[in-house]
Amino acid sequence: MSPQETSRNAMLSRIRTALGRREGQLPPPLPEIYLRPSRPNLSTFFACIERLNGKTFKAGSPAEALAYVAALVKGKSAVASNSTVLRDCGIAALEEVTCAGADKTVLRALCAESDIGISSADFGLADTGTLVMLSSHQEPRMISLLPPLHIAIIPENRIIGNLDELLTLLPAPVEQTSSMVLITGPSRTGDIEQILVRGVHGPGELHVVVI
Amino acid sequence: MAANHPEKLSTTLADANLQLAIYAGTGRLIDHRKNAIAGDLLPDYEDLRTHANLLKKHTIDNLDYYLEQVEQNVAAHGGKVVFCNDGTEVADFILNLAKQRGAKLIVKSKSMTTEELDLNERLEHHDLEAVETDLGEYIIQLAGVKPYHIVAPALHMTRYDVADIFTDKLGIEREVVPEKQTMIARAVLRQKFLAADIGITGANFVVADSGAVVVVENEGNARLTSSAPKIHIAVAGIEKLIPRAQDLSVFLKLLGRSATGQALTSYTSFLSGPRRQGEVDGPEEFYLILVDNGRTKLLADPDRRQSLYCIRCGACLNHCPVYRKIGGHSYPWVYSGPIGAVITPQFHGVGKDPWLPFASSLCGACAEVCPVKIDIPKLLLDLRADVTAHKKEQGESKMERFAFQVFAWVMRHPRVYALGGRVAAAFGPKGGEWLSSAPWFLNVAPVRGWLSQRDLPPPAAKSFRQIWRER
Ligand code: SF4
Repeated sequence: MSPQETSRNAMLSRIRTALGRREGQLPPPLPEIYLRPSRPNLSTFFACIERLNGKTFKAGSPAEALAYVAALVKGKSAVASNSTVLRDCGIAALEEVTCAGADKTVLRALCAESDIGISSADFGLADTGTLVMLSSHQEPRMISLLPPLHIAIIPENRIIGNLDELLTLLPAPVEQTSSMVLITGPSRTGDIEQILVRGVHGPGELHVVVI
Repeated sequence: MAANHPEKLSTTLADANLQLAIYAGTGRLIDHRKNAIAGDLLPDYEDLRTHANLLKKHTIDNLDYYLEQVEQNVAAHGGKVVFCNDGTEVADFILNLAKQRGAKLIVKSKSMTTEELDLNERLEHHDLEAVETDLGEYIIQLAGVKPYHIVAPALHMTRYDVADIFTDKLGIEREVVPEKQTMIARAVLRQKFLAADIGITGANFVVADSGAVVVVENEGNARLTSSAPKIHIAVAGIEKLIPRAQDLSVFLKLLGRSATGQALTSYTSFLSGPRRQGEVDGPEEFYLILVDNGRTKLLADPDRRQSLYCIRCGACLNHCPVYRKIGGHSYPWVYSGPIGAVITPQFHGVGKDPWLPFASSLCGACAEVCPVKIDIPKLLLDLRADVTAHKKEQGESKMERFAFQVFAWVMRHPRVYALGGRVAAAFGPKGGEWLSSAPWFLNVAPVRGWLSQRDLPPPAAKSFRQIWRER
């Protein structure tokens, strides 16, 4: 037996002795699941984001979303995810925008240099103004993380009520992805005298566009 | 650290700026929490607490089952669980892995468990560079001190302290504006993230049915730590388990609000295993280190087990009148405040810092705000009894016992007590000043010790007893 296995077995047997349990003994039934899903509401979603100093925009069409993004990226450099939502809006075709692609090293360098990261989001949680991002071949982790400004484009039918509704729809996120991140407002810190400073490691600016 | 406790205590009490920093810092956190759980914003707050308590109780009562479950599920997603008894085993595992992979630079996000294990010191001892990346943790790492508060590690420092530390350690020009200081740290740490070989995070929750860790933060440094380097290691105490992903909602709703008054923090990451086939980025290896380091000692007693329900929100520290006076560094271990006073003696034995369970006025504020309903005052009382029993076993100093016997006798004999009061009134200071040192007739060990950190109210010119008699 390796030393690691020895530690493991010793720990588990210590625990069983202390708890008075046998190896392989099943636990009693778990407490019921406590979830209270709420109704989606776009104005609450926007209000929450704005309260956290995020910007919001309701685009009537993909073309309006494109125009909003084009104005933001003008004269800047931007990296966009491989999401079909962005492609359908024509964002990937903007001159300033480079697409993420599938190479981790290239992507990371791109994200580290770009002024703006543009992504989609899998869900929006209205009650807290939260973006839910599942990492995938379409959505890398770094786009919403390294550039100082993050733009997220999300179809309106993806706005749901709250975290409880998300976990009702997605009871096992790990079956789909290695990383699900809930983003609620820009990166922030209060570690020096509790003075709020945005953009400490992640993006200090967040724009959310709902189509 | 334990040795200089009384010294730390008196310097903290004497330092007006520090007193203000602690009072203001904890005061703001109290307000934020209060606003976040206000009735209409979170109408089911009490139900959430009850449910969180039930879930923690169930998990801890059946801990071995959930540990084995998480071990299987982490493996099912391509990661590995490593069980470690103590800090030495954790450090050995990481050192070994670093050696095999040729790793030199480690980035870390905030983790009280790794603070508890002195992990940075252990790694640095073997020439690995381990850099804290949470701004507060980075500052205190540069300063070479332990966290002052489990949520706000640099709570005790002002921007001027930070300016001094940055100038001294980073060799930059003095900068006192917090925004600019933050950007300086961002620039330095960004390079570290991009160059790091290993990222070490803590875990706020370990989800058994998913084989996942959940990391809650505001800065984005935990996301970078877990996603940028090739290897992600999460270190968590075995008590961090929760059974199901669907239980997360209860805990996340309570944690952010109790800690900083946020409905959700800026980032909540739900991570399982290395990156999957097809995903563009993310780590290539994932390890979850589950640590005992004394926790199993708390399991035998069904009542005391609840000490392990703690989700480290820090609310009990903010609301504790003792913490707010004596500050985080007066406590002997990295866990301060009421929860520190509860777990430290149980991890280290009551003989080590016998004063600790007494560092509480038992006002009950901690239990009232605890989101998982730990009965802290009850645990402190039990531990006080333990201390007394332990002292009896050890045979405490005769003088001390004698002094307490005198005290008890005086209290039981009203005439003597009344005489003492008149003597005090006759000999004590007259101008209504407080007594800050013991007059000669009170100069016995326990009174002297007690007065070293407190003032006695001035004796009234006429005692209540006299007034009552003359009525
Ligand atoms: S004991 Fe309760 S209030 Fe204190 S830190 Fe832990 S969870 Fe929070």
